Amino acid sequence: MDFKQSFVMAIKSLMVSKARALLTMLGIIIGVGAVIVIISLGDGMQNMVNENFESMGTNLIMVGVMGRNSSRSISEEEMFSLAENNTDSIAAVSPVVSCYSKIKAGSEPLDSTSLSGISEQYADIKGLELVSGRFLQYADMLEMSKVCVIGSYVSDEYFSGGGLGETLRVSGESYSIVGVLDEKAGYGKGSDDDYVYIPYTNAQRINKSSRVSTYYFSAASPEATDMAKWLIENRLQKTFEDKNAYTIISMSEMLDIMSTIQDTLLSVLVAIAGISLLVGGIGIMNIMLVSVTERTREIGIRKSLGAKKRDIRSQFIIEAGTTSAVGGIIGIILGVSMASVAGNAVGITAVPSVTAITVSFGVSVAVGVIFGYLPANKAAKLNPIDALRYD
Amino acid sequence: MIELRDIYKLYHMGDTVVRALDGINLNIDEGEFVAIVGQSGSGKSTCMNIIGCLDVPTSGTYRLNGIDVSTMDDDRLAVIRNRFLGFVFQQYNLIPKLKVVENVELPLLYSGMGSSERRRRALKALDRVGLSDKAGNRPSQLSGGQQQRVSIARALAGDPSVILADEPTGALDSHTGRDVINFLRELNDDGRTIVLITHDNSIALKAKRIVRLSDGRIVYDGDASSPQAVVTPQEED
Repeated sequence: MDFKQSFVMAIKSLMVSKARALLTMLGIIIGVGAVIVIISLGDGMQNMVNENFESMGTNLIMVGVMGRNSSRSISEEEMFSLAENNTDSIAAVSPVVSCYSKIKAGSEPLDSTSLSGISEQYADIKGLELVSGRFLQYADMLEMSKVCVIGSYVSDEYFSGGGLGETLRVSGESYSIVGVLDEKAGYGKGSDDDYVYIPYTNAQRINKSSRVSTYYFSAASPEATDMAKWLIENRLQKTFEDKNAYTIISMSEMLDIMSTIQDTLLSVLVAIAGISLLVGGIGIMNIMLVSVTERTREIGIRKSLGAKKRDIRSQFIIEAGTTSAVGGIIGIILGVSMASVAGNAVGITAVPSVTAITVSFGVSVAVGVIFGYLPANKAAKLNPIDALRYD
Repeated sequence: MIELRDIYKLYHMGDTVVRALDGINLNIDEGEFVAIVGQSGSGKSTCMNIIGCLDVPTSGTYRLNGIDVSTMDDDRLAVIRNRFLGFVFQQYNLIPKLKVVENVELPLLYSGMGSSERRRRALKALDRVGLSDKAGNRPSQLSGGQQQRVSIARALAGDPSVILADEPTGALDSHTGRDVINFLRELNDDGRTIVLITHDNSIALKAKRIVRLSDGRIVYDGDASSPQAVVTPQEED
């Protein structure tokens, strides 16, 4: 009995009872579809996160200074000199002072916009590009100039794409816009583009505190990241003598942590979807067992005409494999299209991976073959006399 | 060609032992047309199963074409059936979802023949039974007599040594049944060995030799034209 014949027959018997075939395949369709959707969206999300992180600067090292008590602290100047004395590993440093003051464009409040006090090196650290004007300068820090740089979202939303030379009111004071940044992450409201940057010295004054709790460093190169981290850690440890007084996270570490979390999450989801494949396999086994009973006479006829055990076994296994393979193909088509629809809905570009498609197709065929084995074996073992007599 | 020596087939039913075949000795030569007759329970079905290599005897030897098949396992018996035996069943036993020609191809398929040669032989066999124009039909589109001829074509397709016909007229009206028997006679005239199993004397009389079974023993074995062939004490049906 050749494979082609069995395959053609399997397709035929699927066509004969379409509703039953579809119901049999449903578990496989759902399982494969779900796996494809999850992996496509997961990969899409991972890409998005990676892009996002990369846009934040891969050499970035974020330092949080909580302090242990008021008696010990580290000043901006100390941090600056740390950078200046280690230029081969530290390229730049900027304090990052968050302000929660109201910002207004005329009388319109910028509710979603974040306000951040930074130094002139911040643009290099984060890789910010200007569309027009200039970035904040060292002199602005010293003179506490009432100037600001705005993100592309702020520019688009409140100054119809412009804004240079206009003013914003920050904490009741008028700040003139000296620079407009290029679109960065492109995720609009509340994102990195929805920012107003002012000199950190002004931010300290607005906050009525000279404390700087966050610094952004950039390493001189990706390879220098570890060295830079070590230098910063050493310096902070010297001041605070307490590891809990500060945190140092490099962007590459963050990326690693994020992808670990995502991978774990993805595996869990895929495993859940995989259960559906298992259930689908059991469904196929169930229907195949029914089919073997229904076709006992056919099996008897085939045996009387010279079919060996393995002929009968392979016929039913191929039938089960074909059923689940067809289910797998339907599932893949459904999964890929659903992933792109769902991706559009949540703003992720779904990436239908060839690996995911190949593997889930392979798994669905394997499920059919494995769960088809038991019924096929039952069929193969039927006694031809009893099978011929069966009504 | 068919050589049964001291064939016993015993079935255990609880404490009792049923002797379905109780010491059968039978020789059938090439070109014979033998009818095995008997009432139900006489052992003729068991006999047919053993001759047809669907079952093996409890004891005794069965040689088919000189090959001892009495102790073979299932798969080897399948090969023997495929190569030496053609079955014609009472219920035709065609597979409904296969076309007529595909049904006829089945034994050739299991012998491992290539598809074009298979198709050629199947069409030839269908031509032999006068149904080549129905090759593409489903069995259900054919009359009972036609279906039985398809099953004869299927039995012929593999060019077997023996054609075993188990109550081939049982499901047909007497007229169609006669046609089928006449066709089997034609095949016999062409030199084919035919073993017919029936409970119907009028059908059995069309054969050349009659073997009558009763309670698992042969009670008559001789020419169909002899008066004793039909007149037996056990004759009820």
